[in-house]
Amino acid sequence: MRILLSLLAGALFGGGLFVSGMTDTTKVQGWLDVFGNWDPTLAFVMGGAIIPMFVAWRLTPGRKPLVGGEFPSLPRPELDHRLITGSVLFGMGWGLAGLCPGPAIASITYNGLGGVIFMVAMLAGMLAAPPIGRGLDRLASAT
Amino acid sequence: METDWIWGLVGGLLIGTGGAVYLLGNGRIMGASGIIGGLVDGSGWNTFWERAVFLFGVVVMPLILWPLYNVEIDTHMTSNWTVIIAAGLLVGVGTRIANGCTSGHGVCGISRFSLRGITATVFYILAGGLMLAIFRHVLGVV
Repeated sequence: MRILLSLLAGALFGGGLFVSGMTDTTKVQGWLDVFGNWDPTLAFVMGGAIIPMFVAWRLTPGRKPLVGGEFPSLPRPELDHRLITGSVLFGMGWGLAGLCPGPAIASITYNGLGGVIFMVAMLAGMLAAPPIGRGLDRLASAT
Repeated sequence: METDWIWGLVGGLLIGTGGAVYLLGNGRIMGASGIIGGLVDGSGWNTFWERAVFLFGVVVMPLILWPLYNVEIDTHMTSNWTVIIAAGLLVGVGTRIANGCTSGHGVCGISRFSLRGITATVFYILAGGLMLAIFRHVLGVV
């Protein structure tokens, strides 16, 4: 059951990314490019995605997930240097290539060699993130 | 195209429904960087199949929809290898340090009015916009 639901969620996610045009890097960069030919599509994708998720969050209190267990324990609403630094680094890469992790995965079969190289670099970055994060922690506590 | 926003909205609704299934069904937050990142660094191996099957669905669904789609699909991916590698590394490192990307912080976070999700989204959009302004309009690289 857990596996089937996971497949369904993945299929909806991948299908949505494909249909919305989010695997087209010009649409993502078009949204970020406020000094160029601005493209609002991403806002509609975000808005559309938030609607079902908003409903889903409203349904969680007092319930349990369909497969049992508990809903994820949510982090305390605190901002830390990791959240800010990480998001800035991510945003820099996102702007440069017009790809974030979801669309990079969804487009892996049709994004050519560039898409594969991006994926390899992204996975390498993910592997390098834990030690880099610890380095940032030391830097933050020293300042 | 004039109909792009409609497809964006339809696609967005599908993405959000996927997130709702993952949350209400499996009790998990649908974040692309977390799902794949946990497989890369080993932190998510105890839920290996749940993650692997999710990723399989993400990759396969576009291939199923492809024949039904009568518009030419082009990702317009840059051919500048330096940019691709630098961007990939930044996305990989950044999303794991921030513990989320556009799906986790953006879609799943904003929809529950999470301070962390909203803050992350503001910062990655600003950083992305700034990079594009510099590398497109000043340097003309991307």
